[in-house]
Amino acid sequence: MDMSQYLEIFIDESKEHLQTINEQLLELEKSPDDLSIVNEIFRSAHTLKGMSATMGFEDLANLTHQMENVLDGIRNHKIVVTPELLDVVFRAVDDLEAMINSIASGGDGKRDVREVVQQLKQIEQGDVPTRKTEPPSTTPTLTQTYGEFEYNVLQHSKEQGFHTYEIHVKLRADCLLKAARVFMVFDALNQVGEVIKANPPVELLEEEKFDQEFVVTVVSKQSAEQLYAQVSKVSEVEEVTVTAIDVDKLRPSELTPPQLEVSQTEAAVTAAKEEQKEEKAEGQKEEKEQHKAVANKTIRVNIERLDILMNLFEELVIDRGRLEQISRELNHPELHETVERMSRISSDLQNIILNMRMVPVETVFNRFPRMVRQLARDLGKKINLEIIGAETELDRTVIDEIGDPLVHLLRNAIDHGIEMPEVRRAKGKPEEGTVKLKAYHSGNHVFIEIEDDGAGINREKVLQKAINKGIISQQNAANLTDKQVYELIFASGFSTADKISDISGRGVGLDVVKSTIESLGGSVTIDSQEGIGSIFSIQLPLTLSIISVMLVEIQQEKYAIPLSSIIETAIIRKEDILHAHHQKVIDFRGKVVPLLFLKEVFDVPVVKEEDDFLSVVIVRKGEKMAGLVVDSFIGQQEVVLKSLGNYLTSVFAISGATILGDGQVALIIDCNALIK
Amino acid sequence: MANQESELKVIVFQLKNEEYAIPVQQVRSIEKVQHITRVPRTPKFVKGVINLRGVVTPIIDLRERFGIEAIPFNEQTRIIIVALDDMEVGLIVDAANDVLDLPVKSIEPPPEVIEAVEADYIKGVAKVGKRLLILLHLEKVLEKSTPATV
Repeated sequence: MDMSQYLEIFIDESKEHLQTINEQLLELEKSPDDLSIVNEIFRSAHTLKGMSATMGFEDLANLTHQMENVLDGIRNHKIVVTPELLDVVFRAVDDLEAMINSIASGGDGKRDVREVVQQLKQIEQGDVPTRKTEPPSTTPTLTQTYGEFEYNVLQHSKEQGFHTYEIHVKLRADCLLKAARVFMVFDALNQVGEVIKANPPVELLEEEKFDQEFVVTVVSKQSAEQLYAQVSKVSEVEEVTVTAIDVDKLRPSELTPPQLEVSQTEAAVTAAKEEQKEEKAEGQKEEKEQHKAVANKTIRVNIERLDILMNLFEELVIDRGRLEQISRELNHPELHETVERMSRISSDLQNIILNMRMVPVETVFNRFPRMVRQLARDLGKKINLEIIGAETELDRTVIDEIGDPLVHLLRNAIDHGIEMPEVRRAKGKPEEGTVKLKAYHSGNHVFIEIEDDGAGINREKVLQKAINKGIISQQNAANLTDKQVYELIFASGFSTADKISDISGRGVGLDVVKSTIESLGGSVTIDSQEGIGSIFSIQLPLTLSIISVMLVEIQQEKYAIPLSSIIETAIIRKEDILHAHHQKVIDFRGKVVPLLFLKEVFDVPVVKEEDDFLSVVIVRKGEKMAGLVVDSFIGQQEVVLKSLGNYLTSVFAISGATILGDGQVALIIDCNALIK
Repeated sequence: MANQESELKVIVFQLKNEEYAIPVQQVRSIEKVQHITRVPRTPKFVKGVINLRGVVTPIIDLRERFGIEAIPFNEQTRIIIVALDDMEVGLIVDAANDVLDLPVKSIEPPPEVIEAVEADYIKGVAKVGKRLLILLHLEKVLEKSTPATV
């Protein structure tokens, strides 16, 4: 069977399952006694195992299987959860992740996992002596075991003239409604006797948590043949075996010997291969179930299709504009009404389409708890990561880019911000440091804040370093405000940590963080109080595909300037232009701002004379400013950012284009390229 | 199959007095001239970009690309949208005339020079009855590294 068409889905879903496992493991660490968490992890691991076996990734399946065994031990109270144990499981998850990534990038997903498997096996076996509960439902050989109570019931039934049977039922592999078939089997049996016990237990059977087979113990006055006939009537039952049981020969103690359990589990390990095949169906089913559990009514849509939808919709918006114009000209009441209605509907549609491209920041945030845990353990610090507002939505174009800068800032906060536990205690702070990761909407922007209650930024230390590195001069240093001092951290070649650690690198990172965020049209600011903590605040546009621009006219051409780089607009008189070094400048609020005549920069064909007043858009790039001289301002507008295509790459000072309401293309000016 | 191999379906268009041809597989659509937004600081033959059903598409004036004197656009002027690899580019031509099935046998290697068009841009010539069709080498026409005729 050709699996390649499922590969993408497999990778996506595997990543999701690994994410769930990661999250739940962290939860488990906080509350090691919560079995529902273990079950959740087990389910994800199990599905993953089934999927990878189906797809033929043996290593992946084997490792997951081994991990599953450990989880099963935890679930059955055979193994106690300890941080050391979780470390091993986490390592296993890391390996799984690496394998999935290898598959995603076209590899074969193979990896040497013997060490981890060995460790998992040790954990699994280390606590074997205390095993006494039921074998895992996935054991290939299903046998009934009876507790004291059931044994008594069977004894009692026998005294009343009932026979005891073990009925082994196997459903057909293509059976769709397994729970329904189980119900029918039970129903049929209850007509002639009574079901005493089932393996797997009835609840699991009802939830379809079993393979094709199950065993029920029935007491009945009928003969084995009659029971056989009764059960065989149920459709989609492939095989039925009825075995009469002599209750006297059963003794509860004999049927649950620890040795037997162990050998069964080992059998399960060696029989892993055969089992994997069987679990294919089970894996798929459980997966369905999990989706049900999350109650997410979602479908996967290729992002490309959304882009096409968006393009088509923009087309519609342009035509809508034309229709509106025509209807105004014709002044036909009915046409007018229809067009108005259409306009309203299409603006609703626009909102929905834009929203469809939004992704909660959760998709980026959810890998952080794991990372923070690891860092904290590596550094010997105690850290509590609080995530607030993970549901805040951002356009997926921004989401794709924001991960790395956030990782860097978090590492920075943990490495340089939060102090060692002893230091914290000495300062009278709680030993456990808190890092808050907070996201929220405000206006057309999304803010992401990383707040720590650590040492804060030492002004003197930063200044000293900056002077040593030649970033600023001694004289300048004294005049800087606190904020300006903090900004220095973002200068390249800066590191305030006394020791260079491999956690937050060598200070090459923070300037990269700043430039990445700025390239996304955002900004980053720092606020800090020494001894109390720091806040890094990132401001981001909601989307990169739709931006606010100022439309301007230069002669007969229209250009768009992103609002994010505009400080303000002004109209100045020609006489106010000053000259400095052959450069035309203006005095703008006490600062000398160089003027750029866009008409000259862009060689715009001149058709009309300029008047005595100049329209100037003051733009900035970091601390630098420039005045762009245009002919007139048209106004502010939200536009859809489009590329110029692959033929026209790297056009000077043009970052892209957009389509205006009248269907014409306007170019978007890249202010960063204009300011040197 | 044999038929497809022995014949090449082409779009025939006109530039000055010559007729040119491009394989139909490379043509996305043929458009009438619409508003073109000039893109500053690009070679002269790049006329700018148009809004092609929501996609911003660059436009090249083939006359200027080949160094033929420019004429004002008229009713006959067309933009042929061609696709090459991951690029979509519009070519301004005097007129789009025809769709033809060219027998592959009728295609001959290009002569040294045809009019002003450098032989580089030409894949071959084909004679169909009295007509002489010049098959364009689109890859070369759209090559970015060619010295810009600014």
